[in-house]
Amino acid sequence: MVTQLTQNERFLGLIILIALGCLGLVMAAAGQHDPIGMHGWLVVVCSIVMIFVLANGYFAPEPSEARLEHYYDDPSKVGIVVAMLWAIFGMFIGDWVAWQLVYPDLTFDAAWSSFGRIRPAHTTGVIFGFGGNALIATSFHVLQRTTRARLPDQLSPWFVLLGYNLFCLIAISGYFMGITQSKEYAEPEWYADIWLVIVWVTYFLIYLRTLARRREPHIYVANWYYMAFILVVAILHIVNNLAMPIAWNQAKSYSAFSGVQDAMTQWWYGHNAVAFFLTAGFLGMMYYYMPKRAGRPIFSYRLSIISFWGITFMYMWAGSHHLHYTALPHWVQTLGMTFSVMLLVPSWASATNALLTLNGAWHKVRDDATLRFMMMAAIFYGLSTFEGSFMAIRAVNSLSHYTDWTVGHVHAGALGWVALITFGSIYAVVPWLWKQPRMYSPKLIEWHFWLAMAGTLIYVFAMWNSGVIQGLMWRTYNESGTLSYSFIDSLVAMHPYYFARAFGGLLFLLGAIIGFYNVLMTIRMAANVETGDEAVIGNPAAAGE
Amino acid sequence: MSVGERDPYTGHMTTGHEWNGIKELNAPVPKAVLFFLAATFIFALGYWILMPAWPTGVAYTRGLLGIDQRMTVAESVAAATRDRAVWAQKVIDGDYAAVQADVALMRTVRQTGRTLFGDNCAVCHGQQGQGGKGYPAIAKAPWLWGGEPETVAETIRVGINAAHPDTRVSQMMAFGRDNILERPELLKVAAYVHSLSHKSDAPAATLKDGKAVFEANCVACHGDDAKGKRDVGAPDLTDNFWIYGSDLQGIYETIYRGRQGQMPGWENRLSSLERKILTLYLLDLRQTRN
Repeated sequence: MVTQLTQNERFLGLIILIALGCLGLVMAAAGQHDPIGMHGWLVVVCSIVMIFVLANGYFAPEPSEARLEHYYDDPSKVGIVVAMLWAIFGMFIGDWVAWQLVYPDLTFDAAWSSFGRIRPAHTTGVIFGFGGNALIATSFHVLQRTTRARLPDQLSPWFVLLGYNLFCLIAISGYFMGITQSKEYAEPEWYADIWLVIVWVTYFLIYLRTLARRREPHIYVANWYYMAFILVVAILHIVNNLAMPIAWNQAKSYSAFSGVQDAMTQWWYGHNAVAFFLTAGFLGMMYYYMPKRAGRPIFSYRLSIISFWGITFMYMWAGSHHLHYTALPHWVQTLGMTFSVMLLVPSWASATNALLTLNGAWHKVRDDATLRFMMMAAIFYGLSTFEGSFMAIRAVNSLSHYTDWTVGHVHAGALGWVALITFGSIYAVVPWLWKQPRMYSPKLIEWHFWLAMAGTLIYVFAMWNSGVIQGLMWRTYNESGTLSYSFIDSLVAMHPYYFARAFGGLLFLLGAIIGFYNVLMTIRMAANVETGDEAVIGNPAAAGE
Repeated sequence: MSVGERDPYTGHMTTGHEWNGIKELNAPVPKAVLFFLAATFIFALGYWILMPAWPTGVAYTRGLLGIDQRMTVAESVAAATRDRAVWAQKVIDGDYAAVQADVALMRTVRQTGRTLFGDNCAVCHGQQGQGGKGYPAIAKAPWLWGGEPETVAETIRVGINAAHPDTRVSQMMAFGRDNILERPELLKVAAYVHSLSHKSDAPAATLKDGKAVFEANCVACHGDDAKGKRDVGAPDLTDNFWIYGSDLQGIYETIYRGRQGQMPGWENRLSSLERKILTLYLLDLRQTRN
């Protein structure tokens, strides 16, 4: 893969890696009495490994000019494999957390394996590790095809992909060591946050530079969503993570916000992370891979416009619905609730647009598990956006808040929507990327599909039940005017549902492992086949699509 | 200018754009989408008019209904306190015996006490007060500090080895770890203590020596008869209730390491009414258990 880099890019890459390695050494030396020192060593090790990789092909001849007539897919290929690795890691940790709730002794009396540390390792692993890598990999693939332009250079996509994974490694290894700024989905400390900003701005620039060179007059909907995802996540990340480190050689920092302003900033971030990371980005994925796979035109361009601008404008206001009945002023809660309700129709318009796109291809949905993954994803997207708007209504929230219902809702979205659309897209894109007629085993895709479906349904139904029971137990009064149940009573009532949830999660994890095997075997198939060298830009047939 | 074509399946025209094979239909927005979009907007508008909604610089629109969540909470709390006052005042005013004699009032005490106990005591003492290793089975075991209602209430108020200034204090020394006794003496006294509540097969000489060690070191707190002393919270060693294990190994470990059980004081956490209810609930629980 290094051979695809020009001499200049190899040199620049080496400079960046050496600079990064030196920075790591400084962190390691200055922070030797602090966990940040460990992260310094992590950076050093990662830099050295990459220097070896680079050195291996450093003196190979320059790639030919003919490469510019091809799309540049190497970063997408690596990104897909890395995404699947993170999926297995993140889901394994997630299921472990779930079993800890059934059997609390499963921490094995260690600090690093306590619930408070491995729970963020799960969320970061699946959201940023699995979801983020899948988004980066597919966005490069979709961007080039829908603009008919090659990525602007060979180095910056690697910088984004590898730099992003370095961020994920720092984040998760930090949790195990107890480093966190205690903001949900924004746990990593200041130095990891700064690094992510650099990576993310480069990512956005790749998008702009490619779009500027597009040979397609119109920008396709998928790119609207990918762009919204990148741009808004940058804004959210920078604002919510504004903080002052207690010293430049220590990991700990203090947020720029405090009290209810902190809570409001955090949930403005948190909800829009759901909106723009877990929704907009994956809608971009859906808008490309679903019509491609179904061989059908998008149902309605006009509906796309309503959905996109509705979602983009309305989501920004909805964050305060996470803080109903708190110290947050009532009027802010009202705005959060009403915008959440208004958000429902644009969200459903997206799901409708996706499902109506399948009109004329339903026989394919029946026979092709890959397309079925995407179809079910659209249905779960519709279900969880309805549920979300419903739970944002204050009266409903008074029952659902702080209960497992929230956990069930999140997983209806995360498993049913995000993971299913990702697996569907991966099963579509892997044969295209590796120039194969199909995945290694369609039968294993079926297995994965049904395991994922069973796992999601068991999980979500268990959490709905347990959440509603919890909510009711916490608000039931006896005739003396005392709460009828103690908290511990509600825990006892949760136990069977926690078991069901952990079992459902296990099925989902098994499906992901099968998927990873299938991807690897497809890549192995490709290793035995010579690929053609004709120009493919703007020529889907030659690209194997 | 791009030229659309007709999609044979749906009959709609395409927009004429194409991206790597993907086309878009120019299908009109379904009427239902527009209808529900309007409906949710009208709902939001109505809600904004009725409820506190939009900021206006330093203030905000208060809404026609005049509702505010702080007021709502204050009113509900006041109403709940009023409702509870009917029986709460009786518990506050009456002495323990009077409350215990009032059947209807005790029913309320049991209901309320069960939740209070579950939320505050059950984590250590068990949901039914059955205890566990390190935590006394307060539903059954003999009292360490006395079982008069006032005494129990005081224990709840100040705690044991707690942060409260008036806390009850009780410490058993670490006879082994702190080298107060030699290992042979430890083994003998452990065997002796074990024999007080169990059928022992230890040699008579061992028990005799053990008794001598006991008399020299333990009687100050546990009493000449080993039946414990309530003023220092020292447990009876002749019965079948053990906090840290009743087998020989458990007893040896306790003598070796010493013990300093802790119970937090609840004065700053629970109101005097709640502590009184807990006391009554606990006494009632013991009555039904024994």
